[in-house]
Amino acid sequence: MQFIGTGSATPELIIKNTELERFLDTSDEWIRTRTGIEERRIHDGNLEGLAAEAARRAMENAGLSVSDIDFFICSTVYNRFMTPALSCVIQGLIGAGCPCLDINGACAGFVYALEMADAYLARGHYQNILIVCAEEPTRMADWTNRATCVLFGDAAAACVVTKGGRDPLFRMHTASNPEVLHGYNTAGNCPYDKSGRVYEPMTMNGQEVYKFAVSSATEDIRALCETAGLAIDHIDHFILHQANLRILEAVRTRLHQPVEKFPHNLEHYGNTSSASVPLLLDELNRAGVLKRGETIAMSAFGAGLTTGACLLTW
Amino acid sequence: MTFEKTAKILAEYKDIDVSEISMDSTFEDLGLDSLDTVEIVMSLEDEFGISIELDSSLKTVRELVDLIDRSL
Repeated sequence: MQFIGTGSATPELIIKNTELERFLDTSDEWIRTRTGIEERRIHDGNLEGLAAEAARRAMENAGLSVSDIDFFICSTVYNRFMTPALSCVIQGLIGAGCPCLDINGACAGFVYALEMADAYLARGHYQNILIVCAEEPTRMADWTNRATCVLFGDAAAACVVTKGGRDPLFRMHTASNPEVLHGYNTAGNCPYDKSGRVYEPMTMNGQEVYKFAVSSATEDIRALCETAGLAIDHIDHFILHQANLRILEAVRTRLHQPVEKFPHNLEHYGNTSSASVPLLLDELNRAGVLKRGETIAMSAFGAGLTTGACLLTW
Repeated sequence: MTFEKTAKILAEYKDIDVSEISMDSTFEDLGLDSLDTVEIVMSLEDEFGISIELDSSLKTVRELVDLIDRSL
């Protein structure tokens, strides 16, 4: 599998930490020191438009037209469509004719989509696969809870992968533990539902998530390197899910790596769920930071609890 | 013994002298926020070879030491 294009689209509206001080008992200093986040972007209601724009930019970057895409996967945790799949809506906007589907791998969704794409490409029927991550965690967050709503931002990011190149290595893990991080949908009006369930915004045990994220990312990257027979020092870029700068720093310290190898942009976007890894990938790709033949380690973690890690050659 | 090991880890983490830490020190006194506490707990798990259940109500070194003793 080979990456041939990346693209992203972020909302115009920028909300700085100081803006949140107006309605939450929080401060810019509190948010920065605990998360590294300075601002986030929030969309006005058109997530699918952002997703389509990210997809177009990725195809343009790959030098492909939409008719060259054989299949596409949309990674999304939550969006305004109960049905159809968000990928079908995006399909119409970009004029794609190929089949598509949505997956929900929480914040690790991009790595899950990548592993699926790799498997589809290996089967041999498809040449080019588009992955679009479209996320609006701001719509799941509890805006009365200062501990969680400050963490998230909306974004869409995409990439195109094709046959060829070196085979990436994946390490995926899912452990059922909804207590730590969850939200509930509404029940609708089915007269037979006895659960009494109501919409409940996302709640998260930050300490548990921190511990899980730091230990799993560290362990996954070590294990991938061992399988590949590669020294951790030989990895050129560590692209981690952009949840919290403290998590990135804890993983970096444990792996004894220099700051330059752990790029981050969460200070400007917050946690954009599964869009965070491809958003950073696009930023680095367009800045010319990533060189062909370099080794990249990706690691993402989220609700589930779910992790996905990948070792690949750019 | 538990206190000595715990104080040593806390002192190393905060880069302060171990004499500045007592059983009655609070995490707030030591300048530790909730994520620092998790880092400390993870180091203690490695040090003692135990698994410690995270408890966000932990506020003092004494409570942490008691929690470790119960986990040993």
